[in-house]
Amino acid sequence: MSKEPVAVVGIGQTKHVSARRDVSIAGLVREAARRALDDAELTWADIDAVVIGKAPDFFEGVMMPELYLADALGAVGKPMLRVHTAGSVGGSTALVAANLVAARVHGTVLTLAFEKQSESNAMWGLSLPIPFQQPLLAGAGGFFAPHVRAYMRRSGAPDSIGSLVAYKDRRNALKNPYAHLHEHDITLEKVQASPMLWDPIRYSETCPSSDGACAMILTDRAGAARSPRPPAWMHGGAMRSEPTLFAGKDAVSPQAGKDCAADVYRQAGISDPRRDIDAVEMYVPFSWYEPMWLENLGFAAEGEGWKLTEAGATELDGDLPVNMSGGVLSTNPIGASGMIRFAEAALQVRGQAGEHQVDGARRVLGHAYGGGSQFFSMWLVGAAPPQS
Amino acid sequence: MPEVLKAPLVVEFPFTRSLGPVQSAFLTGLRERVVLGVRTTDGRTLVPPVEYDPVTAEEIRDLVEVATTGTVTTWAWNHEPRRGQPLGTPFAWVLVRLDGADTALLHALDAPGPDTVHTGMRVRVRWAADRAGAITDIACFEPYDGDPARPAGHSGRFEDPVTGIVAPARLDYTYSPGRAQSAYITALSDRRTVGERCPSCRKVYVPPRGACPTCGVPTAEQVEVGPRGTVTTFCIVNIKARNLDIEVPYVYAHIALDGADLALHGRIGGIPYDQVRMGLRVEPVWTEGARYPDHYRPTGEPDGDYDTYRELL
Repeated sequence: MSKEPVAVVGIGQTKHVSARRDVSIAGLVREAARRALDDAELTWADIDAVVIGKAPDFFEGVMMPELYLADALGAVGKPMLRVHTAGSVGGSTALVAANLVAARVHGTVLTLAFEKQSESNAMWGLSLPIPFQQPLLAGAGGFFAPHVRAYMRRSGAPDSIGSLVAYKDRRNALKNPYAHLHEHDITLEKVQASPMLWDPIRYSETCPSSDGACAMILTDRAGAARSPRPPAWMHGGAMRSEPTLFAGKDAVSPQAGKDCAADVYRQAGISDPRRDIDAVEMYVPFSWYEPMWLENLGFAAEGEGWKLTEAGATELDGDLPVNMSGGVLSTNPIGASGMIRFAEAALQVRGQAGEHQVDGARRVLGHAYGGGSQFFSMWLVGAAPPQS
Repeated sequence: MPEVLKAPLVVEFPFTRSLGPVQSAFLTGLRERVVLGVRTTDGRTLVPPVEYDPVTAEEIRDLVEVATTGTVTTWAWNHEPRRGQPLGTPFAWVLVRLDGADTALLHALDAPGPDTVHTGMRVRVRWAADRAGAITDIACFEPYDGDPARPAGHSGRFEDPVTGIVAPARLDYTYSPGRAQSAYITALSDRRTVGERCPSCRKVYVPPRGACPTCGVPTAEQVEVGPRGTVTTFCIVNIKARNLDIEVPYVYAHIALDGADLALHGRIGGIPYDQVRMGLRVEPVWTEGARYPDHYRPTGEPDGDYDTYRELL
């Protein structure tokens, strides 16, 4: 028996900001869930199960917050699952929810991811001092900056690429009312003049710390038929993992990322991603990851990704727009960040992305990664139902 | 076999909590000696209050004052109070259904011994002398045999409400790095770096984990690596990290020690930061009593060829 087609019929997110001091965690997730239900014109009673995700519990200090969020998300008397795969969790959470629909376990599932970073300090949560171990000498950016340098060495990319990505993403964010950073006076010169924190990564090439939540309503063919607005259809979805560190790990272009993309393309019948995919919303917490992921995801040959960025192909009006929403560089409630990528892909194929809509977007890839570039989750959504 | 190391690990953080409208009213009420519940759509009163109806999922905001007296619905005796608990002497954990409420609140009951506590006993709130808008504004409950207290019908609206609290959390662990890392750390005290070779893929892991993450098999064969190595990639750190007393800028590098199959991390010194490069040959510099090299400095050898370390970035 073939799988049930999965459709996205509701999307909701909060206005992402550095601190939502006016709401509890319950109030924050509720706001996103309510907007997704409203978008789908459904009620709590229409939801069969809830799948929730977030990054480490240390980020808020509420252990297993899903237990306390059951009533805020209408999950009482229904199955509720928690997913956790570090920064990729928002994507993995959506895929676990999608699989429940595809397997015909449930007809309509609410999936949601969140982070309320203002309640703690993510850098603290990620760098607890472990006895006997040498402390990490450099902070989050310092963990990733050497990999960026390795990419530059391998590809011969000019120093300017990172600033081009940041300038593009911050301008895209100005068109997205939910984005955290709205830098109305952004210029390329300002990005280039921002302080070099972890050379080769500049301040303006790093993501903010945000409070926010994102929710989606996933449903089956019958649910999609009742949808008041065009659904987005899932054409492929996959997750892959690998160790943080191992002999032979390619931190610039991890094998798990390549394998994950290949699986999604196989499911979706994509033979040439550059030709067959209209836009990409990818997880870029430091701007240099745009060209790195363009290669990892097969949109460019190894060492060639930066040329797409430099040529303007990844601009909103380019022929392969990347991070139309403004991306993680403009909004980063960590646990929600992966789901925001998946939701943006769905918004695009539904034609509901507003000012950051890509004309004629029919097939869009959503991508998330997490940990030490070790967890990957991706989905490809389309405006038309899948063929099989 | 060397001893497996152990050490205490304390994880603590003062989390901040934004309360939202319902918890804000509840905790502000405690500051003012008022206990508030919330009324559900089917007319029940929940204490402590919640923001969303557990039955219908509807948002509920109808705050109602309940009495400061109530009935114990169940309890457990706490023989040995721990750090941070409401009372310093043995007490009962109790669920108390306050008069006017339909659900019970968890708190402490000050009682002389377990034989003086029973389900159904009447209790009342003992307020803390200093109240700030926290659950600890109720110091505890105490036995009470008077009439039920009469709530004054507070609206739940306050001047100067509490909107956030600090919730300090602390976890006490005994940490052990295990057999393989203990051997590695013990060898470091002789300024030797000892990894382990995978019997299957033959890769040498430094530090060793006791198993190969690729092959999934145990590792046991010890292999001394270094002391010299090659900088495979790096970044220049221009901002001070918290709790690190290192003058910026400095270079944080991935260093592949000779004989190791993956790089470890270290600081590069003894050379201006802007002259550090991929391929630079380095050796460790130790300071007396330190567990790890203080930093690595150039050996003066010619740089390693890119192809010799491109798999070790």
